[in-house]
Amino acid sequence: MATREQILDYLQEVFDPEVPVLSVVDLGIIRKIEVDAEGSHITITPTYTGCPAMNVIEDDIRAKLKEKGISQFDIKTILSPAWTTDWISDEGKRKLKEYGIAPPEKSSPDKSILGNHAKLIKCPRCGSADTEMKSFFGSTACKSLYVCNTCKEPFDYFKCI
Amino acid sequence: MNDTNAVNKALFDYVLWLGDTSLIIGHRLSEWCGHGPILEEDIALTNISLDLIGQARLYLSYAGELEGKGRSEDDLAYLRDVMAYKNSILTEQLNGDFANTMMRQFLFTAFSYHLQTALLSSTNEHLRAIAEKAVKETTYHLRHCSDWLIRLGDGTEESHKRVQDAIDNLWMFTDDMFEGVEGDKLLIAEKIAPDMAGVRKQWDATLKQILDDATIKIPERTFMMKSGRKGIHTEHLGFLLAEMQFMQRAYPGAKW
Repeated sequence: MATREQILDYLQEVFDPEVPVLSVVDLGIIRKIEVDAEGSHITITPTYTGCPAMNVIEDDIRAKLKEKGISQFDIKTILSPAWTTDWISDEGKRKLKEYGIAPPEKSSPDKSILGNHAKLIKCPRCGSADTEMKSFFGSTACKSLYVCNTCKEPFDYFKCI
Repeated sequence: MNDTNAVNKALFDYVLWLGDTSLIIGHRLSEWCGHGPILEEDIALTNISLDLIGQARLYLSYAGELEGKGRSEDDLAYLRDVMAYKNSILTEQLNGDFANTMMRQFLFTAFSYHLQTALLSSTNEHLRAIAEKAVKETTYHLRHCSDWLIRLGDGTEESHKRVQDAIDNLWMFTDDMFEGVEGDKLLIAEKIAPDMAGVRKQWDATLKQILDDATIKIPERTFMMKSGRKGIHTEHLGFLLAEMQFMQRAYPGAKW
């Protein structure tokens, strides 16, 4: 029987299909791992309600655990508490930046219904703070599109929710 | 026992309404895919569409559980006809021009935002969890369409006219969102669902705030069509379903 720590280690090898440098553990969607006589019980939470990667992630977790010889397990999805970008680990944020995606700024989202948030997002390539949001909506549900005014490169920002 | 059954039936009906409304407006927005006025907006509309279809999935799969007849979210979405759909009739209205789409989106999203906020204190754990998840997304959807309405409404003579025409055309479908059915009373008594009067008040305030900035006039009261919850729809829903359900109707049970 695999221990909780082993399962966690195996899950470090399951990556987000859209952002393949982040493991599901880095991403903060693994909410609970319990091991008892019946096997392992894994609880995950979706990032966005419509995120098409969620089904793939669940399949990938199943495939990985089977590959590691674990057959007694179940995966449960919970919605509450709702996932927040604050759950992305520091290691995950570092990997995002290296990958060219500006990591989410800490703390909760801008609650104001109006007005563009004047959050300072640093360019992940040159580090300049002189950047500009081009579109709140980016290539996937979780990203916004920015451009750096110093190095002129466009980049993705992992938006804060 | 009867009481529990009655509440369960009312809840099924309520959740189906929430799911259908999200699904239909999500599908309408998806029709913009590849047709957005600029690339960023094309991406924005389809991102929002994806969130809404995601929310619809949560509601419809819960509705299937409540019903207890083994119907899945897909069965509910693809195998029901017009009269069985409970969505708000505002959401099935045609996209029209960009101003019309944004106005429809705004009228719906302001409603959805305040309803989901109220559902955060529902006594039903499942509805509360969905609301907690969904309201984060709805918040930035609302910001997006509000920004556009202000920019267009307070823009050129042409853009202002289009936004004003949009609200004039859509206004008659707005009361329908707040029109409950008999069973809702049970849910309100159990504090599962909020009283719509409160949601309406907040919706009115949001409209006033944004539309004042957009220099757009809220229409005087007019004839209101209120029938979505009863399954009576405008002619547009049938065409939408014909396209959305085509695969499952032509090839029943097809999977890929």
